[in-house]
Amino acid sequence: MNDLSLHILDITQNSIRAGASEIYITVNEDSATDKLTIEIRDNGKGIDKELVEKVTDPFFSTRSTRKIGMGLPLLKQNAEQCEGSLNIVSEKGTGTMVTAIFKKSHIDCPPMGNMAATIKSLLCSGHSYHLVYKHEIDGREFVFDSREISEILEGLNVNTPKIINFIKEMIDENLKNIGAS
Amino acid sequence: MTKLKSLNDLRKIRDELKSKTSIREKGEHPENLVQVKVAMATCCIASGSREVMNFIVDELEKRNIDAVVTQTGCMGYCYAEPTIEVTIPGKEPVVFGYVNMKKADEIIERYIKNGELVDGIIPVNYETIDNK
Repeated sequence: MNDLSLHILDITQNSIRAGASEIYITVNEDSATDKLTIEIRDNGKGIDKELVEKVTDPFFSTRSTRKIGMGLPLLKQNAEQCEGSLNIVSEKGTGTMVTAIFKKSHIDCPPMGNMAATIKSLLCSGHSYHLVYKHEIDGREFVFDSREISEILEGLNVNTPKIINFIKEMIDENLKNIGAS
Repeated sequence: MTKLKSLNDLRKIRDELKSKTSIREKGEHPENLVQVKVAMATCCIASGSREVMNFIVDELEKRNIDAVVTQTGCMGYCYAEPTIEVTIPGKEPVVFGYVNMKKADEIIERYIKNGELVDGIIPVNYETIDNK
């Protein structure tokens, strides 16, 4: 993965596949503590304790189409390379929370990447779920809530090109406004 | 400072779109539209499927083609990522491999617009070594 926004897109696909109806993505960039934290929380079907230990093994996957699963292992490797960590908390039937912490100033810390494109892709997933994306940079924050969008749209499909492109631009501008790179 | 795009602007777009009722009617019958599914698992994302998907959404709008673009999981063709599946109404779905933006452009222009087959199709009867 070239950047963090691609990791976020990738890990959130796990939530979608777990049948989540609520997905919360939180990114926190804090210069004071020199930490960049990514948290992806869902109310999907969850996994049990033994599986939590297995999912960061690249030679494990619940899929039948292939025998390897690289999403979480790659994120773990990246975080640990940057003096950070990956933590997974999950409970069967309740949901899963994945937290990745990076040392912001570490030379190997990947760039944030294009979060607006990631959210755009997530909204085009063809599954309906409530997505909340919160991005905080040194105390300034931007919150995107898909429920607000669907209330406004009054039944129009978020997939409509005009709408989805507008949302992407809106996220882009707001992120720049809070100082995103 | 220029004003940031906000939800109020979205309301305007909604009203504009709602005056063209055709969008809603079409949206209720997706089987009549061209459907493009972009694979979006780890292998695909690492190969650039997000950019390809965004490109396809943008280009279909620019070229005035009514289509629904969604995602699918890994189809097992990790070696050929990014992959997309295109379904033209009344036809069998076709899976294309190694779809970069240039290929996506060709698929839109030649396959979606004119129905011509282009290089890069992954045959449906393809089997991996493991299945043999």
